Amino acid sequence: MNFRTLSELAVLCEERGLSIGELMLEEQSAESGRSTEQEFATMKEYYGVMKEAVHRGLHEDTTSRSGLTGRDAQRVAAYNAAGEPTLGGPAGTAMAYALAVSEVNASMGRIIATPTAGSCGIIPGVFLSCQERFGWDDDVMVYGLFAAGAIGYVIANNSFVSGAEGGCQAEVGSAIGMAAGALTELRGGSPAQAIHAVGLALKNTLGLICDPVGGLVEIPCIVRNGFGAVTALAAADMALAGVRSVIPSDEVIQVMLEVGSAMPEKHRETAGGGLAQTPTGRKIMQNLRSKK
Amino acid sequence: MRFKDVFSIIGPAMVGPSSSHTAGAARIGRAARQVLGEFPGIAEVTFFGSFAATYQGHGTDRAIIGGLLDFATDDHRLPDSIELAEAGGMNISFRQGTGLFPHPNTVRLHLTGRDTGMELTLTGTSIGGGNIEIVDIDGFSVKLTGNYPTVLIHHMDYLGVLASVTDVMRRGEFNIGHMSLDRKNRSGAALTVLELDEPATEALTGELLGLPAVKSVSVVDLNRKPQEQEGKEETP
Repeated sequence: MNFRTLSELAVLCEERGLSIGELMLEEQSAESGRSTEQEFATMKEYYGVMKEAVHRGLHEDTTSRSGLTGRDAQRVAAYNAAGEPTLGGPAGTAMAYALAVSEVNASMGRIIATPTAGSCGIIPGVFLSCQERFGWDDDVMVYGLFAAGAIGYVIANNSFVSGAEGGCQAEVGSAIGMAAGALTELRGGSPAQAIHAVGLALKNTLGLICDPVGGLVEIPCIVRNGFGAVTALAAADMALAGVRSVIPSDEVIQVMLEVGSAMPEKHRETAGGGLAQTPTGRKIMQNLRSKK
Repeated sequence: MRFKDVFSIIGPAMVGPSSSHTAGAARIGRAARQVLGEFPGIAEVTFFGSFAATYQGHGTDRAIIGGLLDFATDDHRLPDSIELAEAGGMNISFRQGTGLFPHPNTVRLHLTGRDTGMELTLTGTSIGGGNIEIVDIDGFSVKLTGNYPTVLIHHMDYLGVLASVTDVMRRGEFNIGHMSLDRKNRSGAALTVLELDEPATEALTGELLGLPAVKSVSVVDLNRKPQEQEGKEETP
């Protein structure tokens, strides 16, 4: 890849007159040695898997093996349809879809890691709900995925994308940044605006620890995906409205690295602290162990 | 750069619940299977760090064994891998390791081939999003991601070995993207690892095996389609 930072990415887009998504497709093809058509087709297949996961999460039984989670997406969708949701509208849909994919993941279903399985609901939640709302075709969405991938590539190489290394900020935080930047571009924002969206979003999750109850990708991972989708929409709107990340996004990524590196091990996917070690979290863990 | 392309960020397609603890673990297992080159009759699995703390909840144990059966990350049989492996005659044990380890998600595999009795000790780390690094093979330091077709050459430390290896590559038109060599001692056993841009062919491995001082050659390629089981389980 010919860029290492988000600012280099924006400059490159401007020089070549390409969107982030278009640029990433070309860079990917150069890196892999496969044609742009082949790489595009692979990504399109992945988008198909995401759609399937949303559908399954909304219609099938997603009770996890532990029995702790499942069907929350269906509860939210039903409430959106029948009740008078405060959030409602497109944000409510994005939230329901994100929960759906995360619940499919927790029940050992098939998903695409974006960038990880723990954060796999956010991008599908944002992408599918916006596709329905704005009538974009699948090819547009696939370019959006390349844009999200370019942003994630920079975050991953300058910081981290695993909870064990950097906490939940590295997983859910990165996914929100990727979704926010890609959505800004899909809505007509410039690469510079898209990158502001990334910084705005990342600042909101700095410090978030990874504290899964019982070590399972269920509590609190699933609801954080639901919240994450809504945050991504908000960050994109801020960026499109002209709000800027005063601390440049590349510097925010360095803060994520700093905070994650200083995070105690018990807050990095070991279930040794946080929600996992609350009285209820411990009780759940004991019950799981005795079930085996 | 630890992450090299867009599909290490968007992807892999996988069975949940965790990209590092499930998909990454499956890929480490699969890499080990390919290095060993045969069905492991004995698999001793030692988990460290976050892997040790949470492996049951994440299905890391099932993922590792699925990888040892050469399953891809989105193989629907992953959740049942332990039963399938045991049915094929794999003797499996899991342990929690102590002492120093290179990464929060580390696993060490000690495998014994069912047919040849060949042994392999391999240490792998799962660095996020399903991406892995194999960091140690039989005491040799390596850095192997499995994202590219990778050739492992066990040879004696001997003047000119690398020149003859790269000459074979040049003549066969295989471009080398990354290369590392580690040796036990001067003139002793050595391991060279080459990441290629093109899939390694049998002709290539055959020619490498014919070189003086080369003892064995294996190929790791995690993008390779797994052998589909036909009819009955391929005692994988």
